[in-house]
Amino acid sequence: MKSLQELENLKLQSQKLVNLRLGDRQNSPHKHHVLICQGTGCVSAKATVIEEAFHEHLAKHNLTEDVVVARTGCFGICEAGPVVIVYPEGAFYSHVTPEDAERITKNHLVEGNVVTDLLLEGSSVGDKIIPINEIPFYKKQKRVSLALCGLINPENILEYIAFDGYKALAKAVLEMSPKAIIDEIKESGIRGRGGGGFSTGRKWEFTMNTQADQKYIVCNGDEGDPGAFMDRSILEGDPHAIIEAMAIAGYAVGANQGYVYVRAEYPIATNRLQIAIDQAKDFGLLGKNIFESDFNFDLEIRLGAGAFVCGEETALLNSIEGQRGMPNPRPPYPAVEGLWGKPTVINNVETFSNIPQIILNGAKWFSDMGTEGSNGTKVFALGGKIKNTGLIEVPMGITLREVIFDVGGGIPNGKKFKAVQTGGPSGGCLTEEHLDTPIDFDNLTRLGAMMGSGGMIVMDEDNCMVDIAKFFLEFTVDESCGKCAPCRVGTKKMLNILNRITSGTSEMAELDRLEELAKNIKISSLCGLGQTAPNPVLSTLKNFREEYEAHVKDNKCPSGVCKDLLNYFILDTCIGCTLCTRHCPVNAITGEKKEVHHIDTKTCIKCNVCVEKCKFNAIEVR
Amino acid sequence: MVKEVICKDRLAQLETVMDEHKGKKGCLMPILHESQKIFGCIPLGVQKVIADATGIPMAEIYGVVTFYSHFSIEPKGDFVIGVCMGTACYVKNAGKILDDFVKQANVKVGETSEDGKFTLEATRCIGACGLAPVITINEDVYGRLKADAQEVADILAKY
Ligand SMILES: Cc1cc2nc3c(=O)[nH]c(=O)nc-3n(C[C@H](O)[C@H](O)[C@H](O)COP(=O)(O)O)c2cc1C
Ligand code: SF4
Ligand code: FES
Repeated sequence: MKSLQELENLKLQSQKLVNLRLGDRQNSPHKHHVLICQGTGCVSAKATVIEEAFHEHLAKHNLTEDVVVARTGCFGICEAGPVVIVYPEGAFYSHVTPEDAERITKNHLVEGNVVTDLLLEGSSVGDKIIPINEIPFYKKQKRVSLALCGLINPENILEYIAFDGYKALAKAVLEMSPKAIIDEIKESGIRGRGGGGFSTGRKWEFTMNTQADQKYIVCNGDEGDPGAFMDRSILEGDPHAIIEAMAIAGYAVGANQGYVYVRAEYPIATNRLQIAIDQAKDFGLLGKNIFESDFNFDLEIRLGAGAFVCGEETALLNSIEGQRGMPNPRPPYPAVEGLWGKPTVINNVETFSNIPQIILNGAKWFSDMGTEGSNGTKVFALGGKIKNTGLIEVPMGITLREVIFDVGGGIPNGKKFKAVQTGGPSGGCLTEEHLDTPIDFDNLTRLGAMMGSGGMIVMDEDNCMVDIAKFFLEFTVDESCGKCAPCRVGTKKMLNILNRITSGTSEMAELDRLEELAKNIKISSLCGLGQTAPNPVLSTLKNFREEYEAHVKDNKCPSGVCKDLLNYFILDTCIGCTLCTRHCPVNAITGEKKEVHHIDTKTCIKCNVCVEKCKFNAIEVR
Repeated sequence: MVKEVICKDRLAQLETVMDEHKGKKGCLMPILHESQKIFGCIPLGVQKVIADATGIPMAEIYGVVTFYSHFSIEPKGDFVIGVCMGTACYVKNAGKILDDFVKQANVKVGETSEDGKFTLEATRCIGACGLAPVITINEDVYGRLKADAQEVADILAKY
């Protein structure tokens, strides 16, 4: 690639590949595009088999010339997966099976009749298809990071170029000075999406201003928060955006080498990213003399190896260097002294994905979105007890209520909302009373939760908050690298207390001790892992203290989760079929045929077999 | 059951990998990833070969291998069962599923069954939260599980 002109020409040529998806039927050589989500969620649900089925049926109907089958990244609505969208109609098919491919091919692609019974709920009125951005799930969303996820085939660089891909890099390298770029990024107000929320522009500025013979750009794709998967989806659905952004960062700060650190658990993302890097090299968008300037930039993938703490930036750099991934004290910050001691910009995947559009559309366009202090949009992974599990992107400042009930569709099975956990193991639980707070970095921190990387797990009345706090703490105890004592020993002690609480062997004074210990760990740990590990405990203690007290004082788990505090009882609805008696492994159940049975709670080992076997729901756990 | 892990063939593959990475900055992690793939684990014998070839001290390599949960020193079973214990799966009863596997496959979490058939792991979020709760057996993914014992029995019966 030599010039902006050449890129523009390529864009014009490539547009015919995607016009149909924008509703332009005239300038497209094809009749239909069949977009099949190939994100991890849908692949797990057999999306690849569906793709093969489409190829097979299209061949049968001689449609291989007229219909394009493209694999895309995640559409976000994983709950409805596997998802297939057919353009130009924009027909949004959900829960598609390989068998459905035949019907869609025959009815829709051959005869032109949309298969209405397969359409996503809420995506049509009668026979009329609602435009995708009017579907309730998408209506309140604003897709910037995810704009191209689900719209382009990530394995084809031309489709990215058709949507102005690499134009920001051309603009940066050919028309802007490094300082101008950094000013633009600073002015946009974008803050890091990896958890810390530090100003990206200022970070780049530190690195630019540090003199060194070598500098590096690193992309943090370690995504450790269990329950967050936006970075993975971006890498899977729009990998070129990350490559382009890293090159822009390289040009701005004077670095010629970049590394993308991806979790080993993300094989699809790694594979797509590698394909994208190879294509970018082939097109001269990576490598030497990019756009015939004297700017060189190269990119390599490094795999993580299953250690949560490697998401912490200094630990991550140690890991790339080939060492145990343990954090270092900061300062020095990586921006000044990073990889192999050289100044290093390290940013999160989602942060990078915003950069090309800021360069193209300007700082103001970006800062007009969001709230004071938190500009732009944020991607959240909705999970847990929520109808539309999946990935959403919303403007900062939207309320939790809008996210959970309008976009997320509320709580399934008629259950009641109880809490939402944001920020994963570093974050906290928010309750009903916080639902109308606008979501941004500062509000969440103020409420004792955290933006974190954007995991949002919804809980209903069946979840025990003490158990949830314990779950997160077990995670951090497991993942503590052991370098410093407050975190290594302290979190373990906290866990011991929680274990006593959930097994009914604690006392009220321990709740205060738990709180004190938590506060001490927060202030004395070396890295963010230890500093934030007590948050889930502190926030549940604050918002759900009565639940803790019920465990300690009454030896009861109000939600019926903590096994040690539960007992099994047989209700009067028992008809005496003796099925449970025969299956109980410890013979704890007695009773005559056709009479109400009885469980001896002392003998019962709470294995739950009787509940599963009983056909009359006659066994109660409380 | 002890499996033969180190053989000529695999060592030759390791050689090729090392030739490609040796000398590059930060070569250890990529070499270890490849070793884990080639041998299915990274026993001391393999660590020694890597130490000799790269000049990185054996103690350092051992330290790195044991730090990361993705690397293992012991070989794993023929079928690695991964029960996702990420948040999204956990709140949908993944703990119960894990218990059912422990009981029915007769193997403890993090261990391999005596006949070498199953290894049971409690894994981190595998990124299929939309399908929660999720388990994997080697490459196969089972999602939207109901968390009852019969379901686990049905899955195990396939292997
Ligand atoms: C324990 C721990 C885990 C972290 N995990 C991640 C992660 O998975 N992904 C990420 O981008 N940042 C993570 N971070 C934050 C990084 O240290 C760093 O702030 C971030 O990558 C900087 O990029 P940003 O400014 O674009 O957010 C983690 C921090 C800590 C303390
Ligand atoms: S706070 Fe925990 S994870 Fe961080 S350095 Fe200390 S021991 Fe390691
Ligand atoms: S929490 Fe299980 S796949 Fe994400």
